[in-house]
Amino acid sequence: MDRQALIQTLVIPAAQILAVVLVLPLVIAYLQLVERKVLGFMQVRLAPRRVGWHGLLQPIADAVKLLIKEDTVPEKSDRFLFTLAPVVTVIPALASLAVIPFAAEPFHVFGYEVNPFITDINVALLYLLAISSLGIYGVILGGWASNSKYSLLGALRSSAQMISYEVPLGFAIIGVMMLAGSASMVEIVNAQKAAGVWYVLPQILGFFCYFIAAVAETNRVPFDLPEAEAELVAGFHTEYSGMKFALFFLAEYTNMIVVSSIVTILFFGGWLRPFPNAAALAFLENGWLLFVPLVAGGFLGWLADQKLGGGLRLMFAGGIAGAALGFLIARSDVLGLAGLQVPAVSGVFWFSLKVSFFLFMYIWFRGTYPRYRYDQLMALGWKWLIPLSILNVIGTGLMILITG
Amino acid sequence: MFRTEEMDINMGPQHPSTHGVLRLKLTLEGEEVVDVRPVIGYLHRGVEKLSEHRTYPMIEPLTDRLDYVAAISENLGYCGAVEKLMGLHVPPRAQYIRVVLAELQRIASHLLWLGTHALDLGAMTVFFYTFREREMILDLFEAFCGARLTYNSMRIGGLYEDVPQGWTDRVRHFIGIFPSREKEYEDLLTVNRIWLGRTRGVGVLKPEDAVGLGVSGPTLRASGVDYDVRRAQPYSSYDQFEFDVPVGKNGDTYDRYIVRMEEMRQSCRIIRQALDRLPEGDVRAKVPKYIKPPAGEVYHVVESPRGEQGFYIVHKSGEMPYRMRFRAPSFVNLQALPVMCRGRLIADIVAVIGSIDIVLGDVDR
Repeated sequence: MDRQALIQTLVIPAAQILAVVLVLPLVIAYLQLVERKVLGFMQVRLAPRRVGWHGLLQPIADAVKLLIKEDTVPEKSDRFLFTLAPVVTVIPALASLAVIPFAAEPFHVFGYEVNPFITDINVALLYLLAISSLGIYGVILGGWASNSKYSLLGALRSSAQMISYEVPLGFAIIGVMMLAGSASMVEIVNAQKAAGVWYVLPQILGFFCYFIAAVAETNRVPFDLPEAEAELVAGFHTEYSGMKFALFFLAEYTNMIVVSSIVTILFFGGWLRPFPNAAALAFLENGWLLFVPLVAGGFLGWLADQKLGGGLRLMFAGGIAGAALGFLIARSDVLGLAGLQVPAVSGVFWFSLKVSFFLFMYIWFRGTYPRYRYDQLMALGWKWLIPLSILNVIGTGLMILITG
Repeated sequence: MFRTEEMDINMGPQHPSTHGVLRLKLTLEGEEVVDVRPVIGYLHRGVEKLSEHRTYPMIEPLTDRLDYVAAISENLGYCGAVEKLMGLHVPPRAQYIRVVLAELQRIASHLLWLGTHALDLGAMTVFFYTFREREMILDLFEAFCGARLTYNSMRIGGLYEDVPQGWTDRVRHFIGIFPSREKEYEDLLTVNRIWLGRTRGVGVLKPEDAVGLGVSGPTLRASGVDYDVRRAQPYSSYDQFEFDVPVGKNGDTYDRYIVRMEEMRQSCRIIRQALDRLPEGDVRAKVPKYIKPPAGEVYHVVESPRGEQGFYIVHKSGEMPYRMRFRAPSFVNLQALPVMCRGRLIADIVAVIGSIDIVLGDVDR
């Protein structure tokens, strides 16, 4: 094998994996800051703002704190399993990212083709279902090995919950597979492009089932029973501290990102712009050229508002001015910026925007909802989501049969 | 085939949702609660005994520390008891200001209850909203007496001082904006399906059980028993105000929630009337420098935010009571907890503890 092919098949995938594993903790650290900020603003308070400008260095401080914190192991716990549990939780979460495509078009770096995904396998959806089920082992082992009644109760709840919600989760994506005729993530998005419509429209029921089940699967509000702090103090990770706790945390947030990515890919056209085949909206193809000036303009306007204290008028003005500028750049090749129009960058931009939206939904839920009770959670899963998702499969089948 | 056994679990005294140092011994069958045994006394300070070695004015600060979430109601009840013993007549202006303070305290206490109750059930935003308004009330109290938690706000025979200038306008401002704020909490909770699921039919207390256990306050009224001390045995000119006493139907957690929400609105109504008709004049009756009541015994009750707060004083001679006894509504209401929790799920315990609104300082004294 020549050098070129060797780099293409070995070095580049390794670099991609390394990039994902290294960048992810940083993304999650800042996702955590965003969560705290958004929650803070929803709850009429300011959220972190001591470490760095408006708390921008807070995630770093948190990470350092978790790293240097004493790593305690309860005396009567099963030491081996206790240490193993966070690892078992975090590995499947990271492994799910292997099949998530961030865009379709490859980047070209030093003459090599770098795909914006680690791999594209034809059973990606099955792989995701299988691997995400493994995460439960970490939770059960952690709860059991802690040798604490609260942790055990939390772990049992969690396992029952995660197993129950695997079923509607699986059924909900069958509809998409039937429409796309493939289980490969890239193929599913391409099928949406060919159909000219995001699958959220024909699969609206599937989308709701999937998203609700996915929120439950990731143990987030309003389904955060395993770690219900009011009842079980912290559930399965009561006894964990320091870096082991951080790993559970990492897994939870990775799962949030993975779930948001899957929703984006299956139902919201992945890296496609809105109305992917409408020629009139072609300028959206370079969405980030539009978006960056908009956000920058809005942000500068907001800063000016803060200085002048005149409400939020300048923020909107700045946003609109930015959007207009961005429109000019994206629409034509003014200022000789055509070189910025890289399809892969645009794909990554649309993908990230959609994923961010679903991550925001997670935070929004957390700011709004109380927590379900254990039996109500089970009732919702078994009595509503599973029948609905099966109904969705049947309905999709009939639709395909009728329309051919 | 499988052997199952009940699990004993210890909840508290250090636990986020036992609202202080309450300890519960739970017997669980899986997630189902077989039995609940409250263990109390972690906050016992012996206030009743301490009172026997204090002169009457010196006891009032102690009453602040009973139900520290509603200290003004305690002050009001204690001062009322001593005044009854001495046969003092409190000037009308002082009575009205006392009513304003007590009702503001009721709102503040219910806000704390609502925030923590919602937090226990997982709705964290409500907590911050209620604390925003509670903070405004605490600011009002601070302007009135300088303290934010343990006020020592009254004196035997009236008040220490009249309200500061502009204070009534600030109160008016507060009760003007409060209804819209209360609507914000209701938007988040009252029609929320998850909230309804967590509270409806949970921790039902039948009226006969409630009366039999001596439960009082909103917890009693939610069970459908129409009894409010403010109306049954009016004190501090409560008979001169118009207000409704909200009563529930099913006696579940949701009814207790609805009753308290309505009570806050009624409190605003009482405050508005009191401010509109605030009499002029002194705020303190002629009280001797050394308070030496005639020998005798007295029992005086007030409607604190938690229920019927009673003060029983036996006086023999001198400046100190011979015997002092507080009827603590939290202590009595807590006895209903096992009745409400048996056979429910562990998550319901948290909802029920939140809904009976106990304060451990009041339970243990």
